[in-house]
Order: sequence, then C-alpha cells, then structure tokens
Amino acid sequence: MIRVALRGMARRKLRTALTAIAIVLGVALITGTYVLTDSIKGAFGGIFTQVYRGTDATVTGKSAFTLSGQNNTTAPPFAESLLPKIRQLPDVADAVGGVGGNAHLILDGKVVHFGGAPNLGFSVDPKRPVLNSLKLVDGKWPGANQVVIDEATAHKKHLQLGQRIGVQASGPTLRMTISGLVHFGGASSLGGATLSGFNLPTAQQLFQRVGKLDQVRAKAKTGVAPAKLAAEIRAILPPHTQVRTGQAQAKEDAKDTDSFLNFLQDFLLAFGGIALFVGSFVIANSLSITITQRTRELATLRTLGASRRQVRRSIVIEGLAIGAIASVAGIGVGLGLGVGLFKLFDAVGFTLPNNGLVLHQRTVIVALIVGILVTVLASLRPAFRATRVPPIAAVREGSELPPGRFAKYRPIGSTLLTVLGFGLLIYGLFAHGLGTKGVLLSMGVGTLLIFLGVALLAARFARPLAWVLGAPATRFGGAAGALARDNARRNPQRTASTASALMIGLALVTLVSVMAAGITKSFRGAVNDLWVSGYAVTAQNNFDPIPIAAGNAAARTPGVQAIANVRGGDAQIFNGVHQATAVGPGAAQIFNMTWLDGGSNAVFSKLGAHGAFVDKGFAKSHHLTIGSPVQLTAPTGKGVALHVIGIFDPPTGGSPFGPVTISDTAWDKIYDTPQNLYSFVRMRGGETDAAEAALVNQLKAFPNAKVQTKKQFVDNQISGLNAILNVLFVLLALSVIVSLFGIINTLVLTVFERTRELGMLRAIGMTRRQVRRMIRAESVITALMGGVIGIVLGLILGGLLAARIDFIVFALPWVQVVIFGVAAVIVGLVAAIFPARRAGKLNVLEALQYE
Amino acid sequence: MAVEEQPKGAVVVPTTSAVEARGLTRRYGEGETAVDALRGIDLDVRSGELVAVMGPSGSGKSTLMHILAGLVKPTTGTVQIAGTEITGLDDSRLTRLRREHIGFVFQFFNLLPMLDAEENVVLPLSIAGEKPDKAWLDSLLSQMGLAERRKHRPAELSGGQQQRVAIARSLVTRPTILFADEPTGNLDSKTAGEILELMRASVDAYGQTTVMVTHEARSAAIAHRILFLEDGLIVKELHDASQQDVLAVMNSLGT
Repeated sequence: MIRVALRGMARRKLRTALTAIAIVLGVALITGTYVLTDSIKGAFGGIFTQVYRGTDATVTGKSAFTLSGQNNTTAPPFAESLLPKIRQLPDVADAVGGVGGNAHLILDGKVVHFGGAPNLGFSVDPKRPVLNSLKLVDGKWPGANQVVIDEATAHKKHLQLGQRIGVQASGPTLRMTISGLVHFGGASSLGGATLSGFNLPTAQQLFQRVGKLDQVRAKAKTGVAPAKLAAEIRAILPPHTQVRTGQAQAKEDAKDTDSFLNFLQDFLLAFGGIALFVGSFVIANSLSITITQRTRELATLRTLGASRRQVRRSIVIEGLAIGAIASVAGIGVGLGLGVGLFKLFDAVGFTLPNNGLVLHQRTVIVALIVGILVTVLASLRPAFRATRVPPIAAVREGSELPPGRFAKYRPIGSTLLTVLGFGLLIYGLFAHGLGTKGVLLSMGVGTLLIFLGVALLAARFARPLAWVLGAPATRFGGAAGALARDNARRNPQRTASTASALMIGLALVTLVSVMAAGITKSFRGAVNDLWVSGYAVTAQNNFDPIPIAAGNAAARTPGVQAIANVRGGDAQIFNGVHQATAVGPGAAQIFNMTWLDGGSNAVFSKLGAHGAFVDKGFAKSHHLTIGSPVQLTAPTGKGVALHVIGIFDPPTGGSPFGPVTISDTAWDKIYDTPQNLYSFVRMRGGETDAAEAALVNQLKAFPNAKVQTKKQFVDNQISGLNAILNVLFVLLALSVIVSLFGIINTLVLTVFERTRELGMLRAIGMTRRQVRRMIRAESVITALMGGVIGIVLGLILGGLLAARIDFIVFALPWVQVVIFGVAAVIVGLVAAIFPARRAGKLNVLEALQYE
Repeated sequence: MAVEEQPKGAVVVPTTSAVEARGLTRRYGEGETAVDALRGIDLDVRSGELVAVMGPSGSGKSTLMHILAGLVKPTTGTVQIAGTEITGLDDSRLTRLRREHIGFVFQFFNLLPMLDAEENVVLPLSIAGEKPDKAWLDSLLSQMGLAERRKHRPAELSGGQQQRVAIARSLVTRPTILFADEPTGNLDSKTAGEILELMRASVDAYGQTTVMVTHEARSAAIAHRILFLEDGLIVKELHDASQQDVLAVMNSLGT
C-alpha cells in the first residue's frame, strides 16, 4: 500500500508539486525567520563580550526602581570622584571612567541617520584602549574637540580623516574634527547605527555630564578574579550605583537586544504559522479532491481485500511524503527568504545588522518537523474520507462518496466551532486577570477556531454567494460565464474549501487595515480635539527626545505667543512604574483639555513645585480626587511630594500627557539631564509661511529638531505606523500566495476531472477561448467568494478589537477594502492562467474517450 | 494456449457448495416509488462450477452478483461463502473474507495504473502482507500468456492483455469463488473469445468456482450452468448449453 501511495504521487508529479507548494512557503518563512534572527544574533553575539573583554568589573548608575524600557529613560550618572577611589583599591590594575548617550552627527546642517537606527556616542580613553568599547581601525584616538566615527558610517557618507563635522547630544551642536575610524566590539556594521567616540572631557561636555560619569571600567591585577574585584568595589560604592563583573555587564547589555530579537522572532514566526495554517487548508482540499477522483481505484483496492485502515494509512503516507518534500524545498527557499527579510526591513527604514547568514541545525529540524506535522494533520480528514469509499464503487461509474457518519452534524458542528472561536476570542479580549500569554493564546486559538468554523460553514453560503458573485459573469461572459457560475455552484463544498484559504489571508489584511485606520482616526481626532493650532517641534525620527535648549530657543522666536514643552520619562508612583510627564504654564494657551470636577486650564499655571494633574483612568484606579497626595520618585532616587490639582479626560486617541503630569520646573529638579519629548508652539497669526520660516531659522543650531505644522505632525507620528503596516502586508501576502496556489491546484484537478465534459463542450461547438473564459470566470468567482467572506470576517474581528482597545475607534478603511476586493479578482485571474490554458488545449477526441 | 496440470500442492476441493444463497430480495427506495431488484432468489454454486447469470437490463443480474460478492447487503435473505454467513459480517471481517475467499474480474479491468503487470497480479497478496509462491506466480503468468509482459504498465498493454492481468490477479490467491462482472464487455470479439477460453480453462485446471454476469450469449455458453433472470427472479436454467440454445432462451424471455 505504501508503494501504491508513493508511486501514485510520482505519477501525478504536477499535481503533487502544486499541492506541496502550499507548505513550502510556510516552511520557508519559518526557516527565513530563524536564519534572520540567528544571523543578527550571530552579528551581535560576540559584540558585547568583545566590548567588555578587557574589563573585569564595571560600575554603572542604578535607577531607584526598575525602568519600563519604554520611555527613553536611562540610569542616572554618578560623581566623577568615585574614579580615583576605585583606582586606589589594592587589586585594581587600572580603571577608566566613561559617559555616553545619543549623539547625532551633523553634516551640512542635516543629521546623519540611516532609517530609524540609533545614533550613539561614547567616551574613549586613548591611554587605555583595552578598556574601551570602541576599537581604532584608522587614524588616531580623539583629543579635545575631536571625534572618531564608525567605519561603516564614514564609508557611507564619504567622510575623511581631518574633516570637520558637527556633533549634537543634549545641548547645542559642537563642531569637531574627525581624527580616526572605529569598530564597535568586533563588528564592522551595527545595521545603520552611527557611533562616535570622544575623549572624556569632550564627552562630558557633550552629554551634560561635567563632573559625572555613566560608567567606570576596572581591570584587576594579575591573579585577581573579577568577582573578587567586584566585591571590593561594592564596598566603596555610593548610593544609586552598582557593580558587576565584566561578563555580567556584557550579558546585561545584551539583554535588551536579545529580548528585542526574541520578540522579532516570535512576530515573524507567527506569520510563518499563518502561512502554514493556510497551507494546511490547501493540502486538505487537494487531497480531498484527489480522493474523489480516485474513487474507483480505492474501491478496487477494497475489493482486493484492503482494509479501511490500510486505505487511510496510504493517504496519510502520501501526506507525509508531500510534507517531507515540501519541507526540504522550504528550507532551501527559506534561505533566500532570510535575505529577503533583511531587505524588507531595510526598505522600511529598519536596517538590521548582518554579518553573513547563519543556518543552525535547530532551524532545519524545526522546519522539517513543523512542515511534516502540518501536512500529516491536514491529510487526516481526507484520509478518513477515503475510508468511506465502498467497495461497490469499483463497479459503478461516477459514484459519489457516501456522506460520513458525522455529515449531518456538520452544520451544527461548524456553527458551534465558530461560536466557540468567537467565545474564546472575546474571552481573551475582555476577561480580566489574564497575563499577556493568556490573552494571546486565547485570541490566537479563538481566531483559529473561527477560521475553521467559517470555512466549514462557508459551504452553506457557497451556492447563493456564487449566484450573486457570478452574476456579472453570466451577464457579460455569455454561455461560458453562465457555465462557470454553475460549475462553482455544483460542488459548493469544494468551492468553499478552495475559497477558504484565500479568506484567511484577506481577513487578516482587512483586520490589520481596520486597526491601522482606527489608530489613525483616533489619533487624528485626539490631536484635533486637544491641540488648538500651531507648530510642533520633535526629533527628526519623530521619537527621540530633543534638548531643552531647543525648546528655549524656540520660545525666543519673534512672533511666539505661547510654547508648551513636554518632558516625559519613567517614574515610580504608588509602588508602580508609570510614565510621568511635565509641562510649563504656556500649555494653557496651547491645549484644549477636558477637565473634570470643575477644573480649567488654570491648572497649568498652578502646578508649581508640588502640583500635579492626572488622567481620568489613573484617578479612578488609584481612587484620587482633587487634593489627594501623590508621591513621585525619579530614577535618580530623588522624589517630590505632590497633590492632585486637576483631573482630565483624555481623548480616545491619547494625549501628550502621561497618567501624571507635573510642572517642568519640578521635573528638572529631580530628573537627570531632562529633555523634551515635544515642543508645541503658538505663533501670532497662526500657521503662516513667515511664522514657520522664523521658527526654522531660530532652530538652526539644532539640526535634529524638526518644525512641523499640525497636519505634518500627525502624518509624521503615523508614518511609523505605516511602515509597520507595510511590513505586515508583505508578510501576509505570503499567505495570499499560498492560497493562490490552492486555487490553481483545485482548478487543475477539476479540469482533469471534467475532461470528458470539456471534450463534450468542445465537440458541440465551444471554442478554446470560451473554455478558457469559463475556467477564468470560475476562478474569479471562487476567489471573490474567499475575498468577500474574508473581508467581512476581518471587519468583524477588527470591530471586536476596536471595541476592546481603548485608544482605537472603529474606522472602515474603504479604500483598502476596495483594493482587497480587486486583489481577490486579480488572484482569481492569475490562478486561472495555467489551468485555463490546459483546458483550452485539450484534444477533443482524446478527452471524449477519457476514462 | 496449453493448459497445464494442476500445480503441486493444490488442494482438491470436495464438491460442496462454494456459495449458497437463500431468499434473497433487494428493494431500493420506499413506499410507492420502491423498486424490487430481486424478489426472492435461492441458489447454490457447487465447487468447481462455472455459473453464468444472464438477463436483460433491469433483470437484477448485477444486483444479484453484488450481493453474492458481499458488495451490497440484501434487504432479506442470506448468503454463505465457504460455509460462512456473510450478510451479517462487519467490514473488517468482510475485508478478510475478500482477501482469502473472493476474487474479482471487472468489466473495465480496474488495474492500478502505477503498478506493472506483475505487481498488479500479486496485489491481493501484498495487501494481505504475504509473498507469492514464485513457482505458482510464474506458472500463472505463463498460463495467462503474460510472461513477456511482466514489467509492463497497464498503459503499455492492450485491452485483452489488461484483462488477462486482471484474471491472473483474481486467481493468484486461489479464492473460493471468483466473480466476473461482464468480463468481455470492453473487448473486441476476437480478444473476447480468447479471454473466455482462458476463463473456462482456469475453471477446468484449478477447479476455480466462478460466477459470471453477462448479457452476451457467447460468454454464457462457456458456463457449466446458466441462470436466466427476469424481473428479479430466476426464470430458467440451462446446463452445458450452446450459444444457439442461449439465444433461443433470450428471445423467448424478451417477449
């Protein structure tokens, strides 16, 4: 029986190949993901260990509480006086102090950046290169007002040694000379990040750390273990500092990168999983159709004494073989896809470091197992169907498979499945007390069940849906079109199964579009509600903070009526870590706040040293009213006692303010190196060219600051969203391609199945062109069916998510919906190209005699 | 084609009933629109006998064979094959029965296109997980005139050769009974004649009990016994009849 299964597959090479492709792409994406992330990890992996190779112990500042990692807040610096104390310790051979932070290179008045990659700067000690993060590869270490730049950036921008360049960190731009080129750790490329190095005094000035340090690196005398050194240092540490061994510090630094990479990996693997899920639909469908066509063969085997189990096993073996072939092919394609993913992320401005592709054994094993498992699972249902072929079918021609034992439960079963799926999804969305994993699992499994349930249910809608969708074909396609519609309705189960694969992809892209439209709409609405008018000043990448000096400069622009500089960062409030913000009294003339409990914009001027206003949600969850006391602690350990003087209701799309806001003067007292997240400026005469020009001119010394109108501000903040959206669409497109192959497969199989019928049609006068048109129309009807059901499902899912997530409103992305509809039609047309040609080419006589 | 002696080790089956049927009826549908394909059939097929079942279309001959072969369950009545009551058997026992006791020859050959002639012939044994006796296989293949064509796929064989493969397949397990459903229906007259000779020769040489359904007088004429069906009942029986005898009965039934 195994031989029968395998030989049968070998005989139908084309059909086997088309079926197998369904799995190839999913496996390829999984392989590609692992290759991508493993390659990046490989590029990064050595870096941090390399950086700290010569270091036995490091001292860094310690936040008063664990930072959220989401708010640009870093650990506070400590006094420089610690360094000589460390140097005097008996087991210290040498120690160096350093500072670092965001440092932007300014060339021709513009910031040098590659996509959204960071711009980093460090201090280096030319006399102690072993303790440096950077490694000199050309030129000299920097002296006063000199800078060393990473080789990759210098290369990309054609920078020469001795060239003058601007550098800006937390203050105004400083002009420096390039003295040398460096690598970070052992890496020649950190994926678009720019790195600059300075001597300590220059760095301290640049990062506003005069008299302070961010880090001390110490080397132990020979024979002293790093742990011992660390212990010695710990004994003399001031508060708000910590010491680790060099390797422990390397691990700590790597943690952030690792967690990001793991997130990226899981994110991409999810899409690989989706592609495989769609692929499983295609496999199940193809095998089902093949079995229908092999009814006589299977029945003959039964008459010869093959048991049901043997028949079932032979189908599963076929699934196994297809899975194995597809997985191997998928691994090959996956390597290419890994390269493609790098380029995809690069294209949306998210350059990832790459030091060559890495293929681990684990990747091959996972890809094989997953691919084979999915295929075998998908083959189970057709395998059971095959056992229903009765031996009598060997003598009867064109006999239909008797319905299974459970066939009459199908409508109820599929409805129940769908309801269960929605139930799980809603539970995941709205239930309280579920961890992130619980929510995702509930939602994921729920969505899976919904797809399965709807796919099973779709057979009931297939007939009327095909009637409607096929109406244009009947009208404009003549007899061929009418026949196409009839064919689509002939076997509603098969049409629905084929369409279901496409449904999944389109449901997901619709869902994503609904989410994006919702976020955009609510954000736009929020900005319009809240911000009266004027200009916004943010960093070039719309995200980084900008120096306070920039805000102060903007305030001095001729024609300024009011300015609101918003600062933000992590704060510890009521034993939890929250985002805190700060703003000056000028905000009263900029923002249109909805105050509760009789408050007004007067709150802004009343903030002073101990006033704070909170948002409605925060007040509710912490039972606060006007006058309630609030204690706020910054990462430096410094805190301030506040009381609530206002409660506001933020618009759905958010506001520039966090849950708790204090005055900027209070902020600057407790936060280290405060910076602005945004500055909102109101100019006399509103938004005019003259006003804009004045602002731009005023900020010339801050090339990293960008002046935007209200509309530009909204567009810029959303642009990051669009970039993510495009990545999602490309990843989902893979699933759509899988379903496209599913449609091709079904068409090829049905053309084959209807050979005699097609021969008859040709014999009675249908032209080749009409035959092709018929196949094409049938394909489009099937694809549209998947599209319609998918889009509707996507809208429903999007609506559910919008109902749950606070900052999203439900917005129907009309344009996208139309595009997706058109895309479905195109999928149908493309899928039909090959099968239609085959159908047209049939030799009439042979076809009529086909057995 | 020379007919060889019975191969060594063949079991000589005593003349008892290979197939026994009592009170077979088969009704399709219900109530007013019900159709009675069989209205009450009793028959015995003795070991080593070749029985032909004839009748016009609608007479129920195919239904009768399908019931005897265990492919269809009768509405009432019982069938025994090699002493086993088959009408009440579940699927797995029926499957075992098919492996050991039942052979089939179909009108459209029903060969597996991806296997060569030899693999098709031994298929019932492979399914049962058994290996064929080489001497038996060789003799069978040469008996069927297929020695040269062992490794050819069905697509490379003529209609007659394909049916020979099918007959060899049905004989390879030396089943208690062989059912042939219009075996010459898809062949030209010359080839049909060869096939019929071969089938009769197998019955004589191996003592192979055979039940054949046919509507061709020429095919029926090779049988020991011919049963004529009309409207679901056996209406006539002939023994060792010639083609003319058969035609005469067919004509008389037609009126």
